[in-house]
Amino acid sequence: MIAVEELGVRFGQDRDAVQAVEGVSFRVAEGESFGLVGESGCGKSTVLRVLCGLQREWRGRVEIAGAALSRRPPRGFFRGVQMVFQDPYGSLHPRFTVDATLAEPLAIHGLGDRRRRVERVLEAVGLDPAFRYRFPHQLSGGQRQRVAVARALILEPRVLLLDEPTSALDVSVQAEILNLLSTLRSERGLTFLLVSHDLAVVSHLCSRLAVMRAGRLVEQLPVETLRSGAAAEPYSRELIEASRG
Amino acid sequence: MSAPLLEVEGLDVAFAGPRGLVPAVRGVSFTLGREKLGIVGESGSGKSTIGRAVLRLLPETARVSAQILAFEGEDLLALQGRALRRLRGRRITMVMQDPRFSLNPVMPVGEQIAETLRVHRVARGAAVRAKVLEILEAVQIRDPERVYRAYPHELSGGMGQRAMIAMMLIADPALLIADEPTSALDVTVRRQVLAILDDLVSRRGMGLILISHDLNLVASFCDRVLILYAGRVVEEIRARDLQHCRHPYSRGLLASLPRLERPSASLPTLQRDPDWLNGPVYRFGEEVPA
Repeated sequence: MIAVEELGVRFGQDRDAVQAVEGVSFRVAEGESFGLVGESGCGKSTVLRVLCGLQREWRGRVEIAGAALSRRPPRGFFRGVQMVFQDPYGSLHPRFTVDATLAEPLAIHGLGDRRRRVERVLEAVGLDPAFRYRFPHQLSGGQRQRVAVARALILEPRVLLLDEPTSALDVSVQAEILNLLSTLRSERGLTFLLVSHDLAVVSHLCSRLAVMRAGRLVEQLPVETLRSGAAAEPYSRELIEASRG
Repeated sequence: MSAPLLEVEGLDVAFAGPRGLVPAVRGVSFTLGREKLGIVGESGSGKSTIGRAVLRLLPETARVSAQILAFEGEDLLALQGRALRRLRGRRITMVMQDPRFSLNPVMPVGEQIAETLRVHRVARGAAVRAKVLEILEAVQIRDPERVYRAYPHELSGGMGQRAMIAMMLIADPALLIADEPTSALDVTVRRQVLAILDDLVSRRGMGLILISHDLNLVASFCDRVLILYAGRVVEEIRARDLQHCRHPYSRGLLASLPRLERPSASLPTLQRDPDWLNGPVYRFGEEVPA
């Protein structure tokens, strides 16, 4: 479903240039859930930003659902790839009602039948239809993140890119959102690419993961290896050890 | 336990809102000696408000009352002006969550640390610089001369937080309140920063209040833990017994955490019980209240 080969991203120019991502390759099968872990600044979010078209400058080869990602992809491409951002406080327009937030992607992609689609997606994320007329500040953190998930789902994508989707939430709310994501994935056969610094969250949601450090993929491992702590690379072991507390 | 450093009894904090007073902290009581106390709770549970009430940092709109709120026997609520300033930053200090927002962005880090010494007249002249470099070294900053001259944006998160800790320890306080001191940091750095904090706090025989939403972090770091729900302490427990907590809220919180070593298809979610708002407090060594 996702194939990334020798991806490279460079920020800045000349002396100030930073190689944020270098030679990153991985594949994610349809319906699979793949995790990208690493410390701040390791380039994990940059990889996601390339995949969803927010980062236009990159080298290498990226394929999603069999179609190559070009420098200027057609609008329709991104119907199939949607992103959920870290902080629902920052990612929802404060002066848009839930209804306006959810209707906007439909308008952009020229989809009709808005009312029914909005109602259906709210139901899918476990929100009452009455939430349509609320503003973000009238929602709790968990409800807000449900709206962010709904906004990503309303275009019926096949790939969901999740950038730290629960790290701004309380643990009890995190559990609800993680359960919601698992349910949606199995019901809709979605493919997940999850970026997180929390290995427990990754192990809960993903079957395979890659460890990144300083822009490079250090290691790819199945989640069982993560659980047993038997990673091959010393850096991965250090990361696992640290997150055991 | 040694004589209490901090005594809190029946602490209430409410904020004036458009529809009357909104309670944030309700009847919180605890004493603190030279030990590490954790205060855990979810957002909005009032944990930061407690820390701020102790330092008298709450805004005018807050109504603070307590039967006792005393630091080394001195009534904190009665202190005003100079007496209060003598305490803040000198005897009681606070490390905040994110060094990017709590350090002055337009002042070199060393100068900010030195300010504490000058304001409280702990040291003067050339001794100030020497003391700053010494404390930077104590928080394991490898190149203290460079960090002294650096502006906050030139430091990593972990370095910035160490500089904050240095600033809060340099005047040799008796009590340090750390409000989510590591939640802006990466897991690997988190450990180092906590280890430094632990080492310095135990070596100087200080009292520490660690405020956090992270149950496991608090359990591994503190001696005692208070679990807060809707502004009330619902459980007090020895940190090493946290896995055996008894209050349904504490148990629900622990259960909702995904675990590396225990895979599960779905996580139990917390069912909040309205009775917790006014229900009994579970304290260690005491029977479960009926």
